Amino acid sequence: MTRNPFPANWPLRIGGLIGLTYIIYASAQLGITGERLLHGFGEAQRFLARMFPPNFERWGLLVEGMLESLQIAVLSTAIGIVLSLPLGLMAARNLSPVWLAAPTRGFIAVCRSLHYVIVAIIFVKALGFGALAGVAALTVASIGFIAKLFAEAIEEISMKQVEAVRASGASPAGVLIYGVVPQVASRFIGFCIYLLDSNLRNSTLVGIVGAGGIGGTLFAAFKRFDYDFVCAILIAIIALIFLAEVISGRIRAALR
Amino acid sequence: MSATPILKSSGPILRIEGLEKSYTPGKPVLRGINLEIGAQGITAIIGPSGTGKSTLLRCINRLVEPTAGAILMGEEDLAKLRGAALRQARRRIGMVFQEYNLVERLTVMENVLTGRLGYVPLWRAWLRKYPQDDIDRAFALLDAVGLPEQATRRADALSGGQRQRVGIARALMQSPALLLADEPTSSLDPKTAVEVMELMARLTGEAGVPVIVNIHNVDLAKRFAIRIIGMTGGAVVFDGPPEALESHHLREIYGGEDWL
Repeated sequence: MTRNPFPANWPLRIGGLIGLTYIIYASAQLGITGERLLHGFGEAQRFLARMFPPNFERWGLLVEGMLESLQIAVLSTAIGIVLSLPLGLMAARNLSPVWLAAPTRGFIAVCRSLHYVIVAIIFVKALGFGALAGVAALTVASIGFIAKLFAEAIEEISMKQVEAVRASGASPAGVLIYGVVPQVASRFIGFCIYLLDSNLRNSTLVGIVGAGGIGGTLFAAFKRFDYDFVCAILIAIIALIFLAEVISGRIRAALR
Repeated sequence: MSATPILKSSGPILRIEGLEKSYTPGKPVLRGINLEIGAQGITAIIGPSGTGKSTLLRCINRLVEPTAGAILMGEEDLAKLRGAALRQARRRIGMVFQEYNLVERLTVMENVLTGRLGYVPLWRAWLRKYPQDDIDRAFALLDAVGLPEQATRRADALSGGQRQRVGIARALMQSPALLLADEPTSSLDPKTAVEVMELMARLTGEAGVPVIVNIHNVDLAKRFAIRIIGMTGGAVVFDGPPEALESHHLREIYGGEDWL
């Protein structure tokens, strides 16, 4: 009998086949054909032609919107972090009793489950138009994002170090400050920077649903077909995000 | 650098009565341990891995919850303490760990001062505003364990032997009435192991702190302990001075004889 050194992986083959079939089916369903793509590209060309050159004449409006987005991002990040620190600790299964960890995890999961634009729409309806709704929406999104990361980081700490601090007769708060925080602090700072990055990006969008920031200006420009102003706004957003990436990259590198 | 034992009497520092521990019901790890630990010198507990030595030690400072029995330190039953009373008892019991268990991202000095967490108010610990007495004593302990220049280095920058020296300094920083050492030399090379045992024996001897040490190395146990307790299967099967420990005892403790 000859022995086969590379047996066929049938589940993988069948899975791949099913995936491929579905992609073809979905394309057909949505009417995505070569002809439609070509037509679309033609439209895109006309659209792009109207975007250039970018128009910075209304720079006052642009700066105002960008500053509001920045404020929404910074505020929601700060509030989100402050709320997520206790939530992350409460959700960590190695330090919290299960009756506390399980519902906290549930709460965090609810914050995660809805996309922040949907949350922003809800807050616009509840609180009215403006930056307050944006801050509230992004705070909820921040909790869903970072409280989970906090909890996971805490769950990965060495319990031996915690045990030693506990054995010295330290109070629970003392154990936290000396046994837990030193083990997670640098990772937490990294998460916070990442969150600020992500909130900067998200804060440029919530304005589209009326929750404040440059997104509102962008949406209005789209509706009035001011594509050259749209281009100016997009360039400003890209510049801001790019700047934030560079700065946060530097900080993260320094933390290592 | 003198610790202040609360119990100056020559009576036992610790009385363990009928101590039992089962992690899963019906499978006891400790089967009714009765021991008295004297107020002086080193008591070594030897025995095969998984026989409950570590559990016994951890029951004393309640890192592990005993299932039944009493652990009397003075008039107090450690097995019944909760909350603040338990923390007050813990701060009088220093512990040295097999894998040192230093908080790696804290400095050596911060690790040593961890031994004062049971004494100083939280804000002082948080802001690193320890009383000058504590800081002086921490420096004196670092000198005593042979690490006078390492106070501001991070613990994870130290070698194994250096880390265990910090571990000993941290435990003594508690001004303990009793020191527990759980396999303090098992992660160290033979020469460093002897040096660390010598250091621990000398410093606890000077401070008059009794020590209970779990140890794999029978030779080290015989060399440093005034009393040896042999455990097997969760029960004490030998209890006596090192001179009385003979090879038939070791056969009973560890089983078999090919290794002797």
